[in-house]
Amino acid sequence: MKHDTVNFLKVVLSIHLGALVVTRLSKIVTDISQSLLALVAGLLAGALLMVAYGYDPLLAYSVLFRGAFGSITDFAESLSFAVPLMLTAITFAIGVKAGLFNIGAEGQAYMGAIGAVIAGAFLTLPSGIHLAVTVIFAMLLGALWAVVPALLKITRGVHEVISTIMFNWIAYHLAMYLVLYHLSGPGRAEVSLPVKETARFTVILSGASLTTVIYVAVAFCIATYLFLSATKAGYELKLLGENPDAARYAGVNAKKVVFSSFIIGGFAAGLAGATQVMGRPPTWALYGTLGNVMGLGFDGIGVALIGRNNPIGIIIAAIFFGALANGGRYMEPYSGVCSELVRAINGLIIIALAFPEIIAMIKRYRMRYKI
Amino acid sequence: MTRKVKTQVKILLGVVVLAIVLIVAWHFGLNPGALIEAGLLAMTPLALAAIGECINEKAGVVNIGLEGILLITAVAGVYGAELAGNGYVGLLVGMIVGALIGFLFGLASVYGRADQIVAGIGINVFAVGFVPYVIMALWAFPGIHIPPKEVLVPLISTPLMRISAITILTIILGILLHYMLHRTPLGLRIKAAGEMPMALDVAGVRVDYVRIFTATLGGALTGLGGAFMPLAWFGGIVKEISAGRGFIALACVVSSGLEPLLALAFAFLFGFAEGLAYTVAVTPGVKEAVPYHLVLMIPYIVTLLVVTIFIGGRRFPRAMATPYVREE
Repeated sequence: MKHDTVNFLKVVLSIHLGALVVTRLSKIVTDISQSLLALVAGLLAGALLMVAYGYDPLLAYSVLFRGAFGSITDFAESLSFAVPLMLTAITFAIGVKAGLFNIGAEGQAYMGAIGAVIAGAFLTLPSGIHLAVTVIFAMLLGALWAVVPALLKITRGVHEVISTIMFNWIAYHLAMYLVLYHLSGPGRAEVSLPVKETARFTVILSGASLTTVIYVAVAFCIATYLFLSATKAGYELKLLGENPDAARYAGVNAKKVVFSSFIIGGFAAGLAGATQVMGRPPTWALYGTLGNVMGLGFDGIGVALIGRNNPIGIIIAAIFFGALANGGRYMEPYSGVCSELVRAINGLIIIALAFPEIIAMIKRYRMRYKI
Repeated sequence: MTRKVKTQVKILLGVVVLAIVLIVAWHFGLNPGALIEAGLLAMTPLALAAIGECINEKAGVVNIGLEGILLITAVAGVYGAELAGNGYVGLLVGMIVGALIGFLFGLASVYGRADQIVAGIGINVFAVGFVPYVIMALWAFPGIHIPPKEVLVPLISTPLMRISAITILTIILGILLHYMLHRTPLGLRIKAAGEMPMALDVAGVRVDYVRIFTATLGGALTGLGGAFMPLAWFGGIVKEISAGRGFIALACVVSSGLEPLLALAFAFLFGFAEGLAYTVAVTPGVKEAVPYHLVLMIPYIVTLLVVTIFIGGRRFPRAMATPYVREE
C-alpha cells in the first residue's frame, strides 16, 4: 500500500516535472519566435519607409549586410559595436526584472565615459592596475548617477522614467561642460585628453576597432545571468518584478531590491561608457559633442527587449544590433539612406515587441479557421 | 491640513519663489517682460502635451511616447507649412499627424492589449531615428532645416510683451478641458473608464471608444505642441528639437495628479525655468559669467525638484495602463 503511494507520487512528480520542462521549453520557443517576428516586422517596416521616400531598400539592406558581415574585419567591427549595447541593455533588463523602467543608461554611460577619462588620463599607475582602477572608477561614476533616481523612487515614489530622463539631460550638459572646460587638452577643445597607454584595452584584430574589452562586457553579462538565476538576491529581484504582493508576503525588502537594481544597472551603463573611451581605437577619448557615447542607452533598450531581458539573449541581440549599426554606416554613401534609419528600425522592433499577445492572437486565429 | 489646502499652500509658495526670481533677475539686468515672454513660449508645447495626457491617463491610457510625437509632428508641421505656404496649415498638419499617432496608440492599447510603456518607449526610439532620416530625405541636409520666414506663425505684440495666439488657445483649452472633465457627462465617462471600466461597460458605454477618443485627443494636442516649436517659437527644426520636453510634460502630468488646470500651472513653471535658462544664456554681461551648459541644466533640475515636492499623496486611476477585456 505504502509502496503504491510512493509510486503514485513518483508518477505525479515526473508528469509535473515533465510538464515544467515542456512549458519552459515552449516559453523559450515562443520568446525566440516572437523576437524573430518583431525583427522581421521592423526590417520590413524600415523597407517601407525607404520605399516611401524613393530609396531602394534591397540595395540599402545588401550594402548593410555586406558592411556588417562581408569579411572577418567587418564582423569584428560589428562585434565592437555590440560591446556597449549589451551593457546598456543589461541596465534596462535588470530594471525590468525588478519591475522598473530604468531608461537612465544614456546619462549613466556619459558619466562612465567621463570617469574613464578622469582616471585614465590623469592617474599614473602600473599597466594592469591602471586599467582595473579606470574601469572601476567609471563604473562607480555610472552607479553614482543612478543613486538619486533610485532614492527618489524609494522615498517619494517619483516614477523612474521621469527622473532618469531628467538625469540623462543633466548628464548631457554636465559631460559636455566637463569635456570642454576641464578635460580637454591645450588647443583642442573639441575632444577630451586621451587615456594613457596603460588604461587602454588591447586591439584584437588590426583594421577593426574590436579590443579585449569585449571579454569584460561578456563576463559582465554572464555574471548578471548567474546573479539572477543562482543567488538569493537575484531571486528576490525577479520575484519583486513578477509579483510585488508575493514578494512582500515573502519578506522581501522591496526598497533594498529596487536600489540594488538601479546600482547594478549603473555599473553596467558606466562600463558601457568606459568601453567607448578605453576600448575603442583610434580616439581613446571622449568627444566634446559626446558623439561616441550618444544613443547607447536608447539602443540598449531595443537590445534588451529583443533579448527578452535575458543576459544571454542580450549578448546575441547586441551582436545583431551591433551588425545593424555597423552595416548601417555604409547605407549613406552607397544608397543615400541616412544611417539613423537603423534607430528608427530599432523603435519599430520595440513597438512590435510591445504586443505580447500577437502570437497568441495568431494561434487563436489559426484555431478558429483551422489553418 | 487637507491635501487640497496643502497643494494650495505649495502653489502659493511657488508664486512667491517666482516673484523673487523675477526681482533678482531684474536686479541682474534681465528684463522681466522678456522672461515671461520666453516662459509663455516654452510653456505652450509642454502644456498642450500635458493637458492631453491628463485626460488620456484619466481614461486609463498611459502614453509615454509624447517625446516622440513632439519630434515627429515638429517635422510634419514644417513640411506641411512649406507645402501650403502657410504656418497655420503647418500647425494643423502637426495636429492631424499627432492625432493619427494617438489614434493608432489607442487602437494598439485597447484592441492589441499592447504593453503601453514599451510601446511608448518604442515611439520615442523610433522618432529619434526617424526624424534625422526624414530631414535628410525631405531637405537633403543632415539634422537641421530652416523654413522660409513667410511660413512661420508670427507673435502678437502687446504693450508688455509679445505672445503667440497658440499660447492663448492653450490656456483656453486648459480651462475648457477642466470643465469638460469635471462638469460634463463625457468627463464622467472618461473618469469611469480609468477608475472602473467594467461599471462603465455595464452602464452601456463603450470603454474602448472612450479610450481611443482620449488617446486621439491627447495625440492631437501633443501634435499641435510639436508643430508649435519650429513654426511659432524657434523658427527652424533640429533633429533633437524636443529636448526632453515630452518627459517634462509627463512630469507636469504626474505632479498635477492628472488635473489639466494644475498641469497648465506646472507647465508655466517649467517653461519659465527654461525661458530663464535661455535668457541667461544669451544676455550680454551674464552669459560670460555663467557657463552656458550649466545654465541649460536648470529646467531639468527644476522638474526633478517639483515632481519630488508635489508627487506625495497623489492618487492615480485604478485601471491605469491596464487593458480592459470584455467578458465573452
